[in-house]
Amino acid sequence: MSEFFISLFEGWGFLKVPEQIEYLSDFGALAFNIWETIYVPALATLFAYIIGLPLGIILVTGEEGGVSPMPKVLMDVLNTIVNLLRSVPFLILMVMVIPLSRLILGTSVGTAATIVPLTVAAAPYVARLVEISLREMDRGVIEAAQAMGCSPWQIVTKVMLPECRPSLINGLTNASITILGYGAMAGAIGGGGLGSVALMRGHGRNQKIVMYAAVIILVILVQVIQSIGTAWSVKSDRRINNNTKSKRRKSL
Amino acid sequence: MRVSEAIIQIQHLSKTFGGGEDAVHALEDISLEIQQGEIFGIIGLSGAGKSTLVRCMNLLERPTAGTVLVDGQDLTSLSEKELRLARRKITMIFQGFNLLMQRTCLKNVCFPMEIAGVPSAQAKKRAGELLELVGLGEKAAAYPAQLSGGQKQRVAIARALATEPKVLLCDEATSALDPTTTVSILGLLKELNHRLGVTVVVITHQMSVIEEICSRVAILDGGSVAEMGEVQEIFSNPTTDAARRLVYPGGVSAVQMPESARVVRISFNGGTAYDPLIASLAIDCGVKVNILGADTRNVGGKAVGTMLLGLPAHPSEAAKALSYIRAQKNITVEEVPDYHE
Repeated sequence: MSEFFISLFEGWGFLKVPEQIEYLSDFGALAFNIWETIYVPALATLFAYIIGLPLGIILVTGEEGGVSPMPKVLMDVLNTIVNLLRSVPFLILMVMVIPLSRLILGTSVGTAATIVPLTVAAAPYVARLVEISLREMDRGVIEAAQAMGCSPWQIVTKVMLPECRPSLINGLTNASITILGYGAMAGAIGGGGLGSVALMRGHGRNQKIVMYAAVIILVILVQVIQSIGTAWSVKSDRRINNNTKSKRRKSL
Repeated sequence: MRVSEAIIQIQHLSKTFGGGEDAVHALEDISLEIQQGEIFGIIGLSGAGKSTLVRCMNLLERPTAGTVLVDGQDLTSLSEKELRLARRKITMIFQGFNLLMQRTCLKNVCFPMEIAGVPSAQAKKRAGELLELVGLGEKAAAYPAQLSGGQKQRVAIARALATEPKVLLCDEATSALDPTTTVSILGLLKELNHRLGVTVVVITHQMSVIEEICSRVAILDGGSVAEMGEVQEIFSNPTTDAARRLVYPGGVSAVQMPESARVVRISFNGGTAYDPLIASLAIDCGVKVNILGADTRNVGGKAVGTMLLGLPAHPSEAAKALSYIRAQKNITVEEVPDYHE
């Protein structure tokens, strides 16, 4: 009976079914790959925010008419760097930052080494996301804060960031998902995770079942991140009172 | 004597936006004094420069020329840091309320104290008292999104009072509110001015706001002060075009009149009741006049306003009526030569 199914799968292009089932049923191996898929982008997201959050804030506060204007030349340079980094395709960027990975981690291959290119690629993206969120800020509220004697630092930490919290959370959700996607691509330079599994086993060794399984797990991960992010953002938003929240749920 | 009482002194203030050919002269050579404890109105049509002027009073806008003295301190000479300290004494409320939407009302009122470094427990206690003062004690834990416009403005007022300011600047504070709420907010401002002695500067485009609470008013037109003085005086006898446009916003409605008749505008300057005038004119002189339009109201307990009268077509009767009205106390008469045009 199983012979029949195996030949059927082989007919559809699914080869070496027993091997694939063996991999998929080896919980440890699969779990490790899922773990790599989560922790690498998670760390990269963290580092991307360490760089991108201040950068995004400066992009808003430093412009002419901002709360702490900076020299125009400096702002132009910052904007150009952000745009340049964002316009390099990720696959090429990964190769380009190999020397940097070697400098920071001593190696340019392996799972941990992919954190460096991921961070470099994601930081300017995060900066733009933060910038977009902060631009939603009502100018009048900032003016009110200035009229109350707030310093630029107090305006950023006590007014802009807390007031834009729901939007910043949405940005974080968006960034995590994008970085998760980039992380899957990092399989191409020897990074681990489900992306690598789908690429190496699924495509390289023509194990299609493994490939689809890896993709399905990635889809589930994205769904989970999105749901948690949206729920967190809505829950933290005090502009929506409880009545409209329940109405919104009903309409969904 | 008055100089020493002035809380705000603005001298030869000008503000120009941009430069070269595109320069916009928002304010030109403004000088005015606001006395300690008064409610001072600044009125003008859109684009007259009211908002720029009020922003020059706390230096949210830096004047191009001139000085701004608040409580004897020249704000234009202060460093950024000193200016931030000075701003605690001259606070502001806005048309759009500008509350922090992610903080509760109590936390909103705490905010300026947090900035000033007041210990949290003390700030919360005072914030609670201030919310009670503006009549919103039970809304301390509510978020601004759950409040009506009038309630939001009350929270903004409580917040503005947190640092015990000497001056409260109100920038179109009631323009987004309905008439009933406007009256209650103006009542609150009046009460706070009375109880706390805080000087209030009201920026508005609505004459009704000025007449409701202000003692003195400056009329701003095209970036300069067109007229300034006691509200009652300006209401009863506006001398500039800008003032007239504001006092009679809709103009007066035309009534069928013989082409030859003379039309006069009479102004009641307070003190006299206006109703008996027309009657006594008829009884004493036997002359009947047409009331073409009237805009009379009660300002500060006194009758002020204007009436547009059509005099009888017969020249001698008209002259008789005119001399009778001229003889009255507290009434000024002015002929309107172009009424029929």
